[in-house]
Amino acid sequence: MSRGFTPKVVTANLLREGDVVYLTADDRWAVHHHEAELIDDEAHGQMRLLHAAAQKLVVVGAYLADAKQGARGPEPVHFREAFRTRGPSNYAHGKQVDHADV
Amino acid sequence: MYDYSDFDEGFVRARVAQFTDQVERRLDGSLTEEEFRPLRLMNGLYLQLHAYMLRVAIPYGTINPRQMRALAAIAQTYDKGYGHFTTRQNIQFNWPKLPDVPAILHALADVGMHAIQTSGNCVRNVTADHFAGAAADEIEDPRPYAELLRQWSTDHPEFQFLPRKFKIAITGSPNDRAVTGAHDIGLRMVRNEAGEPGFAVLVGGGLGRTPMVGMVVREFLPVADLLPYVEAVLSVYNTIGRRDNKYKARIKITLHETGKVEISRMIETRFAELRPQFGGADQRLLDDIRAAFAAPVLRDAPVGAYDAFHKADPTFRAWADTNLSTHRNAQHAIVTISLKAHGETPGDATADQMRLIADLSERFGHNEIRISHEQNVILPHVHKSDLPSLHAMLMTAGLATANVGLASDIIACPGMDYCALATARSIPVAQEIALRLREVGLEEEVGPLKIKISGCINACGHHHVGHIGILGLDRAGVENYQITLGGDGTEDTVVGDKTGPGFAYDQVVGAVERVLRAYLGLRLSVEETFLEAFKRVGMEPFKAALYPEAARDAA
Repeated sequence: MSRGFTPKVVTANLLREGDVVYLTADDRWAVHHHEAELIDDEAHGQMRLLHAAAQKLVVVGAYLADAKQGARGPEPVHFREAFRTRGPSNYAHGKQVDHADV
Repeated sequence: MYDYSDFDEGFVRARVAQFTDQVERRLDGSLTEEEFRPLRLMNGLYLQLHAYMLRVAIPYGTINPRQMRALAAIAQTYDKGYGHFTTRQNIQFNWPKLPDVPAILHALADVGMHAIQTSGNCVRNVTADHFAGAAADEIEDPRPYAELLRQWSTDHPEFQFLPRKFKIAITGSPNDRAVTGAHDIGLRMVRNEAGEPGFAVLVGGGLGRTPMVGMVVREFLPVADLLPYVEAVLSVYNTIGRRDNKYKARIKITLHETGKVEISRMIETRFAELRPQFGGADQRLLDDIRAAFAAPVLRDAPVGAYDAFHKADPTFRAWADTNLSTHRNAQHAIVTISLKAHGETPGDATADQMRLIADLSERFGHNEIRISHEQNVILPHVHKSDLPSLHAMLMTAGLATANVGLASDIIACPGMDYCALATARSIPVAQEIALRLREVGLEEEVGPLKIKISGCINACGHHHVGHIGILGLDRAGVENYQITLGGDGTEDTVVGDKTGPGFAYDQVVGAVERVLRAYLGLRLSVEETFLEAFKRVGMEPFKAALYPEAARDAA
């Protein structure tokens, strides 16, 4: 791991549905954060972001979000990203029901 | 109410066709996101945290039953069965999918609605007093002027790329229910010495990052001068407003940097140039619009049934005493339907609730419905003898909460449960405050109170003008809530004062409760409202209640 670099995942929203998705190491867009590729190298992160941003017909607004290694895979660091993995707190809508965690 | 003319209909249909084509071109890759984004925003379509969000305009908060049913159908067909009414009298759908948006816009156009100019640096939906045309204290119904402004500002070629967004609010009553003091232009109807109606024109109000109360640039503007004068204000702003810095681009900064005297002079000079160009077509149009807003013919009938129910039924009485306002006709009442049931999301209505409201409006309310900036629904003209039946039907749909104007009638923006700009959540804070106040039975004891919550500094939740304002922030990766006290959104517009350090998410409800208990301990009588008490005693007693450790350390 390069020094001073906080690990990241690449995340975006699907163009058609708007759903939050994460880039996996095998180039899929996963709905679950823990399936994302945890990027621990800044240069590699930039390459992965370019790869994501080039998929203009699939995703919108790709960016690198801070993450950390968890028991099942990458976990969000910031509460905003944690909310994005679930959906809103006022209704059981969004991922928390549409893609209930396995 | 105003119905679309052939021109309006043609314009909206053309816009729907245009955007339909743009969506298709985005989906087939002909348009990049960079190209598409400004186009979708011009049509009210945002990409938020979890999904797209479509913001639909409800001009000056006036809507008819047919339109309400169309919103219900959209909520059910294309969303998750509900819609969110906003602090700018709009409705937002939180879950549309991009390929469905053209069909939604078609469905809206079928009932004379659209999402144009609900985003972008243009003149946004003109907001108005939600009691317009019904209030006992009104000089004149402000909505014909709001409609005139809507027609004038829609697709106005000169004002599509202003330095920043531009919000206009209008009230026809001296008791300002439209927060005109916190708008880019606030129009307050007044009478001159001859008794003629006109407007006091405020400019440069706004909340957000730099909250400011609007300044009066014209004490009395004759109603016939409205459009050229507003155009003069826009024209000056469009010319000298700052485009170099997004955070200094609102007209409040322009006014602050230019000075009230100088900007007033510039506006008057521009007005003198523009006035002769308005040859009277606007006034002829205004006459036509006025006819469309003719007051309904109110029935003359006994109100004995109301009086009897009010006496006999405590549930009805509690509702009537909080949710009714004085109508200009003594046999009638203005009904506010609370969208603030304790524990529910402020401003949300399900498709079924929307349909019931439409039915009730047809049956009891002369086909009129209003949406308030306080995120409630108004039936402006209900005969008092119909109120018991109306109330009974509201109860069947969870719409009879008796809390209008009380502590649980909370304004809350969508916050970080939906909004991409938010720095913290608002909705669950509102839910938990309402539930807690009900649990400890404080609400009735506290009486009139306005709590307003924003999930970021942009202040969609109007927290600055809340008697208790709550601003959610991100402090080093943790949600933190700053409390302000003493704000006032009426004609006496006041920006609230910060109490001190913010509170963690799990502490903010307790903090609000401490403020309320402090108020109950220091008020002179039950008649002294929270706001009056705050004005009398100032911040210190509330600080002591909020920060007991600091008070102890100082002792």
